[in-house]
Amino acid sequence: MTAFFQLLFQGIALGCIYALVALGFTVVYRASKVINFAQGSLLLVGAYLVSVLATGLNLPFVLAVIAAIALLAAGCAIFQMMVLQRVLGQPVFVLVMITIGLSIVIDAAIPAIFGGNARILGDPWGASAVHVGGVTFNWVRIWTVLCTALILALYFVFDRFSRYGLAMRATAADEEAALAVGVPVRRVYALTWAIAGGVAVVGGLFLAGFPGSVNPSLGNVSLRAFPAIILGGLDSPPGAVVGGITIGIVEVMASGYAPGWLGSDFSAVAPYVVMILVLLCRPYGLFGTRPVERV
Amino acid sequence: MTRLASLRRRLGARIGAKPAAVLAIAILAIVLPFGLDAFWLTTATFVLIAAIGALGLNVLTGYTGQISLGHAFFLAVGAYTAAVLGGTARLTAAIWLPAAGVVAALCGALVGPTALRLRGLYLAIVTIGLVFIGQHIWFNVAAISGGPGGRSFPPVTFGAFDFSPGQQLTLGGLVIDHNGLYYYLALIILAAAMLFIWNLVRGRPGRAMQAVRDREIAAAIMGVNLARTKMSAFVVSSFLAGVSGALYASYLSFATPGQWSLLLSVQYVAAIIVGGIGTVWGALLGSMVIFALPSVLQSLIPQSSSGGLPIDDISSIAYGLLIIVFFVLEPRGVVGLGARVASLWSRVAMRGGKGGGLSEETQPLERREATWAR
Repeated sequence: MTAFFQLLFQGIALGCIYALVALGFTVVYRASKVINFAQGSLLLVGAYLVSVLATGLNLPFVLAVIAAIALLAAGCAIFQMMVLQRVLGQPVFVLVMITIGLSIVIDAAIPAIFGGNARILGDPWGASAVHVGGVTFNWVRIWTVLCTALILALYFVFDRFSRYGLAMRATAADEEAALAVGVPVRRVYALTWAIAGGVAVVGGLFLAGFPGSVNPSLGNVSLRAFPAIILGGLDSPPGAVVGGITIGIVEVMASGYAPGWLGSDFSAVAPYVVMILVLLCRPYGLFGTRPVERV
Repeated sequence: MTRLASLRRRLGARIGAKPAAVLAIAILAIVLPFGLDAFWLTTATFVLIAAIGALGLNVLTGYTGQISLGHAFFLAVGAYTAAVLGGTARLTAAIWLPAAGVVAALCGALVGPTALRLRGLYLAIVTIGLVFIGQHIWFNVAAISGGPGGRSFPPVTFGAFDFSPGQQLTLGGLVIDHNGLYYYLALIILAAAMLFIWNLVRGRPGRAMQAVRDREIAAAIMGVNLARTKMSAFVVSSFLAGVSGALYASYLSFATPGQWSLLLSVQYVAAIIVGGIGTVWGALLGSMVIFALPSVLQSLIPQSSSGGLPIDDISSIAYGLLIIVFFVLEPRGVVGLGARVASLWSRVAMRGGKGGGLSEETQPLERREATWAR
């Protein structure tokens, strides 16, 4: 039973990272219908930014994180304004391909600049942990859960009560109608990218925490977060959270309990199996909106 | 004279472009191997092999509108069918090459029904799942794939004759080496596939596919059988992917499970978008850009002046940047570029007093693209 609770805690912590990645995806998707294939690469950039600011420039860790969030959010917004806004109105496919191009550039640039070896993150937690009834709670995981909860709460408050949150929801509901009533749609797009970038820093830094490290393969996590966004529904931020945590638990449980005949490393594909089963029953995910079709 | 003209017109309608242009391209493709060194001939062969698979994806994504990122899975199925039948069971390529297509097509028929329930990007991500589940199988079932270390793939063999390195064919004084043999085999298969797809998309099944792409519900109301149309698109697409994968692995002669990754799928999608979605020539044009680009970059970047950065990373960065720049500048792809050149040409021609206006070939194409991908 102790083993079960240990796995459950690890699953929730991993799920929180997936939820952050998925939130970055859905925010962009909801506004512009673009699946941002570069989200995983943004995570990678986020982790390296924090590492460089904290260990290279010796900033206090909290300051390094805040600075990294600001830098990456600004970078993403600039990329959106300089590049993606030039192809607004083109088929979505074109924008998706540009994000794929961006991820190829980042995934190659990071090892080219920093080398293939792992870096230290410079976080204050390391491997320290508290033990309660035989279950080990690593501080970095506890902070993962707390920070994710805080960020999600902030996001939902922003989305529900702020002027730009309303603009984001309006753009998601109907872009043309939003334009017609004066919503600054272009600025909303840039804002969604800024949010995606800011969230990516937090996801990346916790992904690189113990027992992980800052290394060029961190970006692969976005591929494992796809089941999470699909499970919840592409256009539903609450769905991203539920989907993310579910997939995190499924993955960790599969690593603990999957029988040997399923092959080694089955935990990596278990989320996809779950996703396909869910989609066959609910084609728009658990919380996704079913589009009304007109002929 | 009029009979000749009408024959030319009909022939032109059948092969999709002006006969003279097609003939010129065919002749160019046939003489090309004699003008290339081994490096560029290898690149050209990989491009042709990839174009077969890209053509398949264009049927599914370009003509039927079913976005698939699972192409790498079908390529792998074809490749491993070839490995088992040709390598382990030692059969001839006349058996394993079609069999690779058939087995992949059967897998496509199994996956097809999911497309009946899923739309758009949801289908795209489920097909990503296919790639990962496939890779899990390849990594774990060593009897098929050789496990994580990979396995060797059989050379193409017809009877006693085989295409392995060092072999060559002498035809009336012309020597065709190992690379050339694969080049011509791929060229023949690609030409046959292009002709088949060209006829398919202009016939009843192709019209049904395009109707499903443009307005699925309207198509169903007009009597298009959605299940059958999507299934046949999946089957045709994965058949070509299987053949392409088998040839690719055979030409490489060794492959690891890690090679059948999502990146491969993404490259195929990129190829049809760059080349022109829903066009027969687009598959070839796009493959030329996407699959030859790494070689071009490799040859352009001097080995010495890389400033300490790994050469692979530089060419990847350049590759990604080119994709971004290309789509920002010409979102319609190479075909859009062609249309732009054609309209520029006709404008120049008009100014010269020759008349013209927009070329008639480009107009329906633009209209077709405008209705796609909302």
